[in-house]
Amino acid sequence: MKKLKKDTPIERIWNGIFVENPVFVLVLGMCPTLATTTSAMNGIGMGLSTTVVLALSNLLISLLRKIIPERMRMPAYIVVIASFVTMVDFLMEGFTPDLYKVLGIYIPLIVVNCIIMGRAEAYAGKKPVVASFFDGLGMGLGFTLALFLLGSVREIVGAGTWLGMQITPSGYVPVNIFVLAPGAFLVCGFLVAIMNKLKIGAGRRPKSEWDPTEKICGDCYSCMKFDVCDKKPEGTETTAQTIARAKGTVAEAVAPAAAKSAAAAKSGEKEAES
Amino acid sequence: MTLILLAVNACLINNVVLSQFLGICSFLGVSKKSETASGMGMALTFVLTLSSLVCGVLYHFLLVPFHLEYLKTIVFILIVAALVQFVEMFLKKYGKSLYDALGIYLPLITTNCAVLGVALLNVQKDYSILTGTVYGLATALGYWIAIVLLSHIREKMVYNDVPKSFQGFPIVMITAALMSIAFFGFAALK
Repeated sequence: MKKLKKDTPIERIWNGIFVENPVFVLVLGMCPTLATTTSAMNGIGMGLSTTVVLALSNLLISLLRKIIPERMRMPAYIVVIASFVTMVDFLMEGFTPDLYKVLGIYIPLIVVNCIIMGRAEAYAGKKPVVASFFDGLGMGLGFTLALFLLGSVREIVGAGTWLGMQITPSGYVPVNIFVLAPGAFLVCGFLVAIMNKLKIGAGRRPKSEWDPTEKICGDCYSCMKFDVCDKKPEGTETTAQTIARAKGTVAEAVAPAAAKSAAAAKSGEKEAES
Repeated sequence: MTLILLAVNACLINNVVLSQFLGICSFLGVSKKSETASGMGMALTFVLTLSSLVCGVLYHFLLVPFHLEYLKTIVFILIVAALVQFVEMFLKKYGKSLYDALGIYLPLITTNCAVLGVALLNVQKDYSILTGTVYGLATALGYWIAIVLLSHIREKMVYNDVPKSFQGFPIVMITAALMSIAFFGFAALK
């Protein structure tokens, strides 16, 4: 594919949906991803409400980026995001009461979704208004797509329906557990594994200016990207290195980047020895 | 007695991570080593109990009398953020040993959705301040149990030969799925 020009609306949307898909590539915002995907429709509902908050909060934060003092950044972002979430909360209660009842507490919990804070911190706080808005839109659509995919698998296997329609033959006995809690973990694990196999997620993980380990979850200990991050504190060992130590050899690493860092660490040791 | 039942329910039957999906990020992220997992569990127990108490008090004595219930999301998240900061400062000054144990985990807790989630659930379920605090404590204990169990499984799993595509994140998810199935067994306690 031709390389798109940076920071244009189309590039941002493409980036959000495929290149940096928040769920499958960046592994952010797992709580709503797992909790609300009992059916495809719930997934779409949750995804779209997050998209609205994400796009609007990105827009407002980008507008205010020169006014908000550096030190007051975080509290200001929290207030902006929480205000939009409250609005979405009331709109959904008024116009889509059924969906609101199903999603329940996860609507107000959009506030603590790492994707939103992450985008505010990494993109909207620095970039112009239009690009920020489309960045939020793209990320939100990527999130919606992931939730839709996860919800579809769980609904089809677990209930035999898709978007509420019966699609499996009448002889099919639904595997109930896929709609229950364990199914969420299971399907998500398998989907990411498939993405790894097809080199969609980890394989084409981009090197972007946004480092998800930075200031989003607080520090490296909570970060899912720990293994592929090159900003973690010195001396901490990646999963690949732990495996290598356990087996006495440098094992095949989790992700290409992790392999590289493990190899780099090893060559570093060799240099030190020699 | 009802409080004990509520606590058992929140801690085991409706485990916060494995059946309500709150606090997944740190559940997956901090469970690499059992010491860090335990530290995170301890820090969360401390903050979650305190925050459900403070949020409960503020909700019942400030927001309800002034009919400001619609502001609860904004107020709660600010309380949680401020509380975490405050606890960190307080411990740094007066509880050095506790700070050394919990210090690095405290900043993570602001973004842990279990904290805000419990505060909102307390309001949604109409719990009194005492019930809400007990619920918060029990939820946090459930989180602690789950994360320590997962961390021990992960420590053992290092020696296993996991297929390449499943290494890292996917295999942890599948472990969590199996734990979640196991926790279904507690439903019989009801």
